[in-house]
Amino acid sequence: MAANTGMNLTLKIWRQKDAKSSGKMETYQVRDISDHMSFLEMMDVLNEQLIGEGKEPVAFDHDCREGICGMCSMYINGEAHGPDRGVTTCQLHMRKFKDGDTIYIEPWRATAFPVVKDLVVDRSSFDRVMNAGGFVSVNTSGNAQDANAIPIPKEDADKAFDAATCIGCGACVATCKNASAMLFVSAKVSQLSLLPQGQVEAKDRVQKMVDQMDKEGFGNCTNTGACEVECPKGISLDNIARMNSEYLKASTK
Amino acid sequence: MLDSKIPGGPLKDKWTKHKNEINVVNPANKRFIDVIVVGSGLAGGAAAASLAELGYNVKCFCFQDSPRRAHSIAAQGGINAAKNYQNDGDSTYRLFYDTVKGGDYRAREANVYRLAEVSANIIDQCVAQGVPFAREYGGLLDNRSFGGVLVSRTFYAKGQTGQQLLLGAYSAMSRQIGKGKIKMYNRHEMLELVIVDGKARGIIARNLITGEIERHSAHAVVLGSGGYGNVFFLSTNAMGSNVSAAWRAHKKGAFFANPCYTQIHPTCIPRSGDYQSKLTLMSESLRNDGRIWVPKDMKDVEAIRAGKKKPTDLKEEERDYYLERRYPAFGNLVPRDVASRAAKERCDAGYGVNETGEAVYLDFSSAIMRYGREKATVDGIKNPSDQKVRELGEKIVEAKYGNLFQMYEKITDDNPYKTPMMIYPAVHYTMGGLWVDYNLMTTIPGCFAAGEANFSDHGANRLGASALMQGLADGYFVLPYTIGDYLANDIRTGEIPTDSKEFDEAEKDVKQRIERLINNKGTKSVDHFHKRLGKVMWDKVGMSRNAQGLQEAMAEIKQIREEFHNDVFVPGTANEFNPELEKATRVADFLELGELFAKDALERNESCGGHFREESVELDGEQKGEAKRDDVNFTYVAAWEWNGDPAASVVHKEQLEFKNIELKQRSYK
Ligand SMILES: Cc1cc2nc3c(=O)[nH]c(=O)nc-3n(C[C@H](O)[C@H](O)[C@H](O)COP(=O)(O)OP(=O)(O)OC[C@H]3O[C@@H](n4cnc5c(N)ncnc54)[C@H](O)[C@@H]3O)c2cc1C
Ligand code: SF4
Ligand code: FES
Repeated sequence: MAANTGMNLTLKIWRQKDAKSSGKMETYQVRDISDHMSFLEMMDVLNEQLIGEGKEPVAFDHDCREGICGMCSMYINGEAHGPDRGVTTCQLHMRKFKDGDTIYIEPWRATAFPVVKDLVVDRSSFDRVMNAGGFVSVNTSGNAQDANAIPIPKEDADKAFDAATCIGCGACVATCKNASAMLFVSAKVSQLSLLPQGQVEAKDRVQKMVDQMDKEGFGNCTNTGACEVECPKGISLDNIARMNSEYLKASTK
Repeated sequence: MLDSKIPGGPLKDKWTKHKNEINVVNPANKRFIDVIVVGSGLAGGAAAASLAELGYNVKCFCFQDSPRRAHSIAAQGGINAAKNYQNDGDSTYRLFYDTVKGGDYRAREANVYRLAEVSANIIDQCVAQGVPFAREYGGLLDNRSFGGVLVSRTFYAKGQTGQQLLLGAYSAMSRQIGKGKIKMYNRHEMLELVIVDGKARGIIARNLITGEIERHSAHAVVLGSGGYGNVFFLSTNAMGSNVSAAWRAHKKGAFFANPCYTQIHPTCIPRSGDYQSKLTLMSESLRNDGRIWVPKDMKDVEAIRAGKKKPTDLKEEERDYYLERRYPAFGNLVPRDVASRAAKERCDAGYGVNETGEAVYLDFSSAIMRYGREKATVDGIKNPSDQKVRELGEKIVEAKYGNLFQMYEKITDDNPYKTPMMIYPAVHYTMGGLWVDYNLMTTIPGCFAAGEANFSDHGANRLGASALMQGLADGYFVLPYTIGDYLANDIRTGEIPTDSKEFDEAEKDVKQRIERLINNKGTKSVDHFHKRLGKVMWDKVGMSRNAQGLQEAMAEIKQIREEFHNDVFVPGTANEFNPELEKATRVADFLELGELFAKDALERNESCGGHFREESVELDGEQKGEAKRDDVNFTYVAAWEWNGDPAASVVHKEQLEFKNIELKQRSYK
C-alpha cells in the first residue's frame, strides 16, 4: 500500500503550564503527515515545528511506544487513546485520520489524576492502591518451593494472565463518567484470586485495595461498561464481578 | 589493577563457598544502613525489594511516573532457566555452556556459572509471587526454545514475559513501599554520583516535575539503569532509555567495559520513514515457528517491490530459506548476531523485499498448516479442507503469539496470519556496560551495577531470554548477598550527611550543566543532534565495522558533540517539567559515549559475537565468510578509564581464563 504523505491537520490541544495554573485549548496546524506515522510521531512533528519557532513544545507522557508501558495517555476526539480499539495512544496510527481533520487532544481528566503539565497527569494514586495490597507476601529468599509443585489448571492460569495484562494506563478512569478505578483494581484482585498463591491474603487484599481506592477519590462504579470498551488491553468486566464477590466474601466473614 | 575477585575452588562450588565466607550484616544493624537503587526495572526493582526485605532502608529512583513502567516491561519472548522440566537433557552446566559459547567466549566463566545456578530459583520465586507463566493442559509450566540452543528452557507468558516479571518485581516493591522500607522517587533522574572519601555515598537527582535539584545520600549506590542502545537514536529501547546514570559513574571513576558489544536483533519491523522515532521488536520466539526467506530470483524481488507480485505467489522452490540453507543444524534458530548478519548479507546483495531494500520475510504459513493438521487429528476431523486446517492452525498460532501479531498489524496494516511479516535487524541490547567484579561492584567502592547496566554475563553476544534472567538473578539473588560484604564495614558510620563539600560540588556541577543547556539558545533541537549521532553510529559502528569507518566515526561524533554544545536549543526553563531538557542531558552523555564506543570497536581488531570487523573473517573452508575471532590477542575485557575526553580514555585489560570450557570456533552449521 502506497503511503499517503500529504495529510494536513488542525490540532486543538490542551495547554496547561502546571498543576496550579488553569489551562485552555490552543490551535495548531501540521502539514504533510504520512499515514504510516504513529500518533505520537505526528506529535513529534508538531513539537519539532514548535521548537523551530522558538515555542514550547507540548508535554506528553510516553516511553515504550509499543503499547506496553502504560505511559502514554491522550484523550483524543473524546475517547481515551483515540478512535481505534484495543490500542494505546502510541499504537494509534495516522491512517485512522484523513486530510483536513480537526483533532481534539486532552489529558486524562479525573480528580485522582491531577494534571502535571499539558497532557501529562499524575497517576501515583494507582501506585498507592497497589502498595495497599496488590501483592503476595513472599520474600525473595531463594527458598521458594519448586515452581511445578502446585499445578494450576491452564484455564485459571490463562484467566489470571488475561487480568494481569493491565498496563495501568488509566484509560478506564478517564473514560468513566464517575472516574471509577474499578476495572484497574479488579484486574489485580482477580489475577491473584484466581491463583492458589493469592488465596492466603485474599480477604485482606481486596478490602485494603478498595479502601485505598476510595481514599484516592476515584468515583463509584455504576456498571456503564465504558471502561471495558476503551481499555487497550481488553480487560473484561468479569473482573469487576469477581472483585465484587471477593469483597462480599471478605466483608461478610 | 583490575581484580575480578573470583573466588577460588571448583567452578560449581564457587558461589556457595563465597556466600559462606563473605561478611554479613546483622539484621538489627541493617536499619542503620541506607542504600540508593537507581532503576526500577528487573534489576533495580528486584534489588530494591530484596534489600528492603532484608531490612536496609532503600531509596529507589526511576524517571517514569511509576516503577512499573521501567523498560523491562517491554520484554516479550521469555526467560531462561535450567529447570529441565522438558527432560531434554538440560542442566546448569548446559545453560552455562550455551551462554559462554553464545557470547563467543568473551564472558567471565564464574559469573556465567553462577547465573545458570540461580536461574531455577528465579522461576520458583516468580511463581510464588503470582507471575502467570504459560502452562500446559496438565497444569505444569510450559517452555519454548530460543536461538543458539538445542533444548527447550525458556519460560514465557505469551509475548509479554517482561511485563509479567516486572509486575512481579513491582508487586514485591509495592509491598515494601507500603511498609515504608522503600522510599520511591518516581519522575526523578539521577544526574550525578557523589563520592566521599573515595566511596560512592549518594547521588544528585532532578525532580522532573518541579525541576528541583536534590541531594540524596546512602552507604552504597546500586545502578540498575538499563542499557544504552539509544545511542543509535533508533532502537527497540523505550524512548527514555539512556546511559546517563552509568556514564556519570564512569566519569567519576567507574570503568566502562566493552562499550562496542551491541546486539543487533534480527527480527524487528523495518523502518518506514524519516519521522521514525523508534523500532519495534518482533520477539525471537517467533523464530520457533517462523521461517525466514527472500526470493531466489532477482526478478521476483523486483516484481514484489513494484507491487506486481505478492510473497504468497511464490512457490516453495522459488524461495531462499537462507538460514536453513547456510546453517542446517540450527536453521532459523541460529543466534541473533548470525541471523542479523545473514539478513544484511542478502539485503546488501539486493534481495531486500520492501521499498528501501532493507527487509526479509518471516513466514508462518508452514507452522499454521502444521499446527492445523495436528489439531484436526486430535479433534478427530477426517479429511479437513485446507481452509479448515488453516483456521485451526491460526488459532494455535494466535494463542502463542497473539499480542505480537496484533502489534505487527497495528503498525504495518498487514495481517501476518495471511501474508509473511517483513523484518530487518535493529539495535536492541548492549552487552557492554559498567565493569563489575564478581560482587557486582564497579571500580568505585560502594557503587554497584546490575542488569543491562553492567557488562557481566553475556560476553560479545547475548542469547535470547537471558537478559531477564540476568537482571533478576543480579537483583534477587546476587546483590543482596554481595552488598552485605561491603556494607558490613558501615554499621557504625551513621547517616551520610548531605551538607559536605562533595555534595556541594556535585550539585553545583549539575546546576551549571543545566544552565548552560537552557541558556545556550541555539538554533537546532536536541533530536536533530541525536538523529545525526544515530546515523553515524548505524552507518559506521553498526552491524559491520572497519578501521577507516571507525576512525571517521570518532571524528564525526566529536564534531557533532561540539556543534551540540554550541547550537542546541532547549526551550523552557530549568524549574519546571521540561522533557526537552531531559533529552538534552541524556544526548550530551550519548555524544561522549558514542566516541568511546567507536574507539573500543577500533581497538578490538577481531570479530566476536555482535562485533563484526570486516578485516577479520574466515577466508576459506566450511566457515568461509563467517566472523573470525582472535583468541591469542583479544581474550580480554576492555575496561575503559575516563581521562578527560572520550578519545583519551585509557584501556585496562581483564584477561579471561577458560578452565571449564574449551575455546572453539562457534559453529551453527
Ligand atoms: C523490546 C524488547 C524485548 C526484549 N525481550 C527480551 C526477552 O524476551 N527476554 C530477555 O531475556 N530479554 C529481553 N529484552 C532485554 C531486557 O528486557 C532488558 O535487557 C532488561 O529488561 C533490562 O533490565 P534492567 O533492569 O537492567 O533495566 P531497565 O528495565 O531498562 O530499567 C532501567 C531503570 O532505570 C531507570 N533509570 C535509567 N536512568 C536513570 C536515571 N538517570 N535516573 C533515574 N532512573 C533512571 C529507569 O527509570 C528504569 O526504571 C528485551 C528488550 C527489548 C528492548
Ligand atoms: S484496566 Fe485497561 S484501561 Fe484500565 S488501567 Fe488497566 S489497561 Fe488501562
Ligand atoms: S508509550 Fe508505552 S504504552 Fe504507549
